[in-house]
Amino acid sequence: MPEKGWPVGFLDRLFKREPPSKEIAKERLQLVLVHDRQPLSPKLLQTIKDDIIVVISKHVDIDRENTKIKLTRGRGRQKLIADIPIRSPRRRR
Amino acid sequence: MTARVITITSGKGGVGKTTGVANLGVSLALEGKRVVVLDADIGLRNLDVVMGLENRIVYDIVDVVEGNCRLQQALIRDKRVPQLYLLPAAQTRDKTAVSPDQMVDLCQELRHDRDIVLIDSPAGIEQGFRNAIAGADETVIITTPDVAAVRDADRIIGLIEAAEKGTPKLIVNRIKPKMVRRGDMLSTEDVIEILAIELLGVIPEDEKIIVSTNKGVPVTLDGQSRSGLAFRNIAKRILGEDVPFMIIDQEPSLLDRAMRLVGRR
Repeated sequence: MPEKGWPVGFLDRLFKREPPSKEIAKERLQLVLVHDRQPLSPKLLQTIKDDIIVVISKHVDIDRENTKIKLTRGRGRQKLIADIPIRSPRRRR
Repeated sequence: MTARVITITSGKGGVGKTTGVANLGVSLALEGKRVVVLDADIGLRNLDVVMGLENRIVYDIVDVVEGNCRLQQALIRDKRVPQLYLLPAAQTRDKTAVSPDQMVDLCQELRHDRDIVLIDSPAGIEQGFRNAIAGADETVIITTPDVAAVRDADRIIGLIEAAEKGTPKLIVNRIKPKMVRRGDMLSTEDVIEILAIELLGVIPEDEKIIVSTNKGVPVTLDGQSRSGLAFRNIAKRILGEDVPFMIIDQEPSLLDRAMRLVGRR
């Protein structure tokens, strides 16, 4: 919940009043919108990550443990960012 | 010169799209612009009754698209203001009677010799909404300050951006200043903070809207109402004028909060 000015927040706590209903509305909206704005579920993101690991591993030796895929937030274009560390190539003869 | 095509949409129903289109159409015409208001809510048309033009409908949007009549035959002139026309929706058909491509073509045709084309979108996110934004250059989201309408507005903003129609502007409708002051209604600032889009205007709650809809006379035509003035201001902003926002919903003051704590408000 956004911070209220000190006197009011203080008085609210002093009198043990519940916050004005619009603060409740705002908090609930902000929570629900975090979910609504997420176009990919965590489960789907994990599936995509597994598939990427399989495909890349065919060609390069990668560090599967430290492979990360995330969705960048914000309005406008959303992006999937994959961070795939490549294992140092074995010393060739 | 070619017209700007502006779609008014909301996601949720009943937040004031049709009333907004009727009043902005009137307001823009009063500013001397050549305006067409288009009802894209096929099957549930209402812009005609809100404007009081329901008895003059002969042809509708589907007749135009299907070639049963010329565009000019379907346009109904609002005689109370200079240069305002209504293109009504069909009532006995559904959203699939018109395709997004046909809407784009229709908007192109409407652009000639006009300044503004305002499209009244249906509620929802399905084909009716898709049709309504297909031919738009700009979009305007109208919402009321409650969780359901704001949530739906957020979703619609995402869909409009995904359709590469730019970022819509915002109208906050039905603000009750007393409730905002008491802390029991989201303020315009709260809604802007959540939706993160540019504000186009704020309409105060006004019983005169109901009276004007009863009579079929948009409130903007009816003298000195607060809501009518708010619509006139929004029309001016659409035309690029820098009109200050009406101060109708100030955040609760310390005194208001204190009074609330001692149970006086």
